[in-house]
Amino acid sequence: MDLIASLTINGLATGMLIFLLAAGLTLIFGLMSVLNFAHGGLFIWGAYTGVWIYSMSESFFLAIITAIITGLVLGLITERLIIRPVYGNHIQQILITLGFMIVLQELIKVVFGPDIKAVNAPAWLAGNFQVGEITLIKYRLFIIAVGLLVFFTIYLILKKTRIGLIVRAGVMNREMVQTLGINIRFVFMAVFMVGAALAALSGILHAPYSGSIYAEMGLEFSILAFIVVVIGGMGSFTGSLFAALLVGLAQAYMAYYFPALSLAVNMLIMVVVLVFRPQGLFKVKG
Amino acid sequence: MSSLLKLSQVEAHIGQFHILHDISFEVPKGEVTVLLGRNGAGKTTTLRTIMGLNPVYRGSITYNGEQITNLKPHLIANKGIGYVPEDQGVFEDLTVGENLRVAMKREDESTTERLEWILELFPDLKKFWKKPSGQLSGGQKQMLAIARAYVNENDLLLIDEPSKGLAPIVVEKVMETILQMKEKTTIVLVEQNFMMASKIGDQFYIIDDGQTVHNGLMGELREDKALMKKYLGVS
Repeated sequence: MDLIASLTINGLATGMLIFLLAAGLTLIFGLMSVLNFAHGGLFIWGAYTGVWIYSMSESFFLAIITAIITGLVLGLITERLIIRPVYGNHIQQILITLGFMIVLQELIKVVFGPDIKAVNAPAWLAGNFQVGEITLIKYRLFIIAVGLLVFFTIYLILKKTRIGLIVRAGVMNREMVQTLGINIRFVFMAVFMVGAALAALSGILHAPYSGSIYAEMGLEFSILAFIVVVIGGMGSFTGSLFAALLVGLAQAYMAYYFPALSLAVNMLIMVVVLVFRPQGLFKVKG
Repeated sequence: MSSLLKLSQVEAHIGQFHILHDISFEVPKGEVTVLLGRNGAGKTTTLRTIMGLNPVYRGSITYNGEQITNLKPHLIANKGIGYVPEDQGVFEDLTVGENLRVAMKREDESTTERLEWILELFPDLKKFWKKPSGQLSGGQKQMLAIARAYVNENDLLLIDEPSKGLAPIVVEKVMETILQMKEKTTIVLVEQNFMMASKIGDQFYIIDDGQTVHNGLMGELREDKALMKKYLGVS
């Protein structure tokens, strides 16, 4: 029982980290049809700036705020300077965002040094809870709680507010939204910034979870996020949550029961989804 | 009567294709101007160009005496121009109510009055208020598209083939509605259904191969069988 609970909590925590990264990616793709391979760069910058502030202030809360602000600023710069000139051209988007990803990754080494940095969870999030026979790791529960909070906040914004309706309408028909008097470019920019902030938040949350950070982890994690976006349905916010949890859980269980298959399981799920439901688990109608 | 919208020698491309060669017409305030012509003549491109969805290559478009040539679509819409595209453009995952809420620039008394008026004309929209618009029939989607363009206080509506693909009884309903809207707003209508166009329209322009080739009053066109046959294939 303890093992199952531990694997499940572990899988859900990993899933939530991937979800935070994938949520921005799916909204950016769905609304703007932009393939942003630099998304992982925003993840590492969130992690590094957050950890830097954390090491100086010893406040993990401040670290999270710093990561989010870093994400918003980098999101603004990326959208304005990198993405805007290549709207509508997927090939150029892939090339320029991959290039920018490498720039962001190398800049991390220049600014923060090339070494792996060890990170511990703050004291108030360290240790375990004991519920009967089950041991629950506090930090993992914290990640799950933050992930759920982000999901429900964005879900409510998307479902209940006019700005949310505009974003959803923009995912379905950008042109029509403009003819209703809405500045879709501004909406694009705002969504891009929020997506970047979520990636950065994922980065700082990931730091104490894995215990260390390094410049290359952005690319590794963004591959998982792309897999999640494909499985969940490109442009589907809810789809990205389900797919991320599925990937997280599959990875956690496979790593324990079939370690040899743990790396392949995500690809396997994606292939199955692409064969039987190419539009993803949650299709967004266009 | 003063003109609300004026196109002067407008040329436009779609990709590498030169679609509009010389489009010139004026839309008087308070009237329905019908753009007629065969399939592929450039009628839809003309409306899209007015809305800023296709760039103007040469020529000018003025609205209320103000240049709107090559303005961004949202700026053109905010000057008081509503657009109902050929494919209706409803947001299929959103409910009927949400589609209208996205369109509503304000939620004030005047907008509420207009919404209530249009819902009285199209009771189906009220009935299916919480239903995803993707589940509506073709006619209901058309009603939603028209309601969405009308719900704001627009001075001009551009309506592209509202009868396309609809059953005759639904066409009647749409026609009745446009006739009622005509009393409150100026309309530019693209329509292949000549019966409908002739009942609603006050004046017409015929577009052929990307050029405006004829214009006049709708009553005159009904009498000119040779012109109708030459450009519209109606005998």
